[in-house]
Amino acid sequence: MSKQLNVALIGNPNTGKTSVFNQLTGLKQQVGNYPGITVEKKEGICKLPRGVKAHILDLPGTYSLNASSLDENVVIELLLNKNDKDYPDVAVVVSDVENLKRNLLLFTQIKDLHIPTILVINMADRMERKAISLDIEKLEERLETKIALVSSRKNTGFDKLKELIGNYKNLSVEPCVNASVIAPEYFDRLRKAFPKQDLYKLWLVITQDVNFGKLDRNEMQSISTFQTESKSNLKRLQQKETIVRYQFINGVLKETLSIDHLAAKDLRSRLDRVLTHKVWGYLIFFAILLLIFQAIYDWSSYPMDLIDEGFAAMGEWVRNTMPPGAFTNLISEGIIPGLGGIVIFIPQIAFLFLFISLLEESGYMSRVVFLMDRIMRRFGLSGKSVVPLVSGTACAIPAIMATRNIENWKERLITILVTPFTTCSARLPVYLIIISLVIPDERVLYIFNLQSLVLMLLYLIGFGTAILSAWILDRILKIKSRTFFVIEMPNYKLPLFKNVAYNVIEKTKSFVVGAGKIILAISIVLWVLASNGPGDAFSNAEENSIARMEAGEFPESELDKHIASEKLEYSYIGYMGKAIEPVVQPLGYDWKIGIAIVSSFAAREVFVGTLATIYSVGSDEEETIKNRMAGEVNPILGGPLFNLASGISLLLFYAFAMQCMSTLAIVKRETNTWKWPILQLVVMSGFAYVVALVAYQLII
Amino acid sequence: MTTSLDLLKRGEKAIIVEFTLNMVPLKLLEMGCLPGNEVELVQIAPFKDPMYLNINGSHLAIRKETASHITVEKLTHE
Repeated sequence: MSKQLNVALIGNPNTGKTSVFNQLTGLKQQVGNYPGITVEKKEGICKLPRGVKAHILDLPGTYSLNASSLDENVVIELLLNKNDKDYPDVAVVVSDVENLKRNLLLFTQIKDLHIPTILVINMADRMERKAISLDIEKLEERLETKIALVSSRKNTGFDKLKELIGNYKNLSVEPCVNASVIAPEYFDRLRKAFPKQDLYKLWLVITQDVNFGKLDRNEMQSISTFQTESKSNLKRLQQKETIVRYQFINGVLKETLSIDHLAAKDLRSRLDRVLTHKVWGYLIFFAILLLIFQAIYDWSSYPMDLIDEGFAAMGEWVRNTMPPGAFTNLISEGIIPGLGGIVIFIPQIAFLFLFISLLEESGYMSRVVFLMDRIMRRFGLSGKSVVPLVSGTACAIPAIMATRNIENWKERLITILVTPFTTCSARLPVYLIIISLVIPDERVLYIFNLQSLVLMLLYLIGFGTAILSAWILDRILKIKSRTFFVIEMPNYKLPLFKNVAYNVIEKTKSFVVGAGKIILAISIVLWVLASNGPGDAFSNAEENSIARMEAGEFPESELDKHIASEKLEYSYIGYMGKAIEPVVQPLGYDWKIGIAIVSSFAAREVFVGTLATIYSVGSDEEETIKNRMAGEVNPILGGPLFNLASGISLLLFYAFAMQCMSTLAIVKRETNTWKWPILQLVVMSGFAYVVALVAYQLII
Repeated sequence: MTTSLDLLKRGEKAIIVEFTLNMVPLKLLEMGCLPGNEVELVQIAPFKDPMYLNINGSHLAIRKETASHITVEKLTHE
């Protein structure tokens, strides 16, 4: 394979960088993670003229090379490391015509690193409406670069951009601003100390708290120790650098750009007046939330039913077609229901990501953050915590990753810690089956269905607990961090179908693959543990049952059921369940529920699947599981095992307990210590146990 | 008239004069909040916090706390 041309796409957030990436690469793209961190890495291949192939890397959005978050660190680490395999041959800085001035700050910084840089001015289709005119030739001359004027909405200008990328060798690598003017004497000393190094690169290494993992460690360390200036002095110099750059940019734009400001006032201010209004703003946000919940829990039930039936039919088909034996059982009772348990969440997750991506693409999300910040701050959260808390109703994993743009560490930590209280979609199957067992299907006040009311109440409990524990954490945690909050309010845009579709597909795929592996592994382990046992008791289960039937203890029609339950009792999982029974008995559960709870510490939705396996129900059909559960008898007290007291106790346990290994792993990665996930596990689960215990003892 | 940014009323415009160095994040400067630039208060959220600003064409929201460290010269209405 010939050497590929490495291209890095860099730009401010909200400039349409991702649209440009999608236009360049089409579907030839893949999303992964940077090694060791959860920052998304998007790359793709673009065919250039004359058969050259370019490898395009879409870097996280950043306002400058002064990193303040993990995502931004990625950009600097790459640009400062010439040995990185992704180090760009050419950088493409994407800017938006309406915010050109601000976008150019990053451009001048990258150009100072002596990397060939192309400037893309996006959203050219807006120029006429906004009465913006640009002297491209002059701008190219002043910035010593080549410019591509593109519109990702209208798909224009991309041929020129590809042409420019192909001819990157003709680009000038001269900086446009000389950063050393901010402190000539200091930079002189720097130059003398490290004569071989690029001066601006040195400056960035000194001022950034970046982990330069792969860089020549020794060399860089010696630079970082070159601190003849105090921290606050360095910060002052950074500010000065920003000012110098803006002075240059202002000068350039004065000659090349003209905006008729009267024409620029338009839709934006009218929409803002309504969407950030002190009454309408909240009402609209509330209505949108209702719509999202409606979609997640009502509309998605149709495809979910189809998937459920499909997997049940598939298991049935395998059982009937393949030769009977352990392998067939593993597939039809272990793997297929396990896979079904993951696939069934696809509609919900997809709907959630669809809405979130629509809200973000349109620019509305920033308005919500603006509206909610003051209210959330009372509870130690930030306006930016709204996105994670809403996403948490689908899955805590993407929700916790969405906390990254919260600048204040204390607010971010609290958001991460309380997000798992929000009712995620994995709790839903547990809630649904228990509610249908213990709550009567009646109407209250002629309109409300009692079962739906209980479900809604559980959601409110989850959200209320999240807010309340945030409030408590805010008082307990002694973390000093300055309140510091900046959010861009981007212009409203009609979301691009292509961007939204790619986003939904990517996010759903990574959820299914990530969570899927765990659930699949657990269902296989469970199946193995439930279908094998130590000693003779297990292998003799069948003969024993037949003997009991012949003795007239039960009719022949119930033989299979008795064999299965006896086998289970003497299986490995049966012994494990008996061992933990004393712990769960005060809550009103038997050892089977105990096993289901323990296995659902891996992932909550495993609960129903485990009960399905344990109650030896061949098919995964919900009706059958439900009937079996309804028929279970409490071994000590008699009467149905699932009654109001044990049902409520279980519902409350699932509302509060921290039962998701993937979430714990993500919290560890995002907080960089095991301290917080362990705290979550112990406190949340302990609280859940106490509440469930009190509830059961009060009701019984 | 010199005042601090958090005392501006909705729709009012001003010129940024200076700010307390350590209380204003670098990111805000990078987004265009620099001495000499014009700032307009577009909208205030309920409880007068945060503030939605237009600084030289850059639209952003900051908390009142941060705004109180930015000194501005109010422009009289033309």
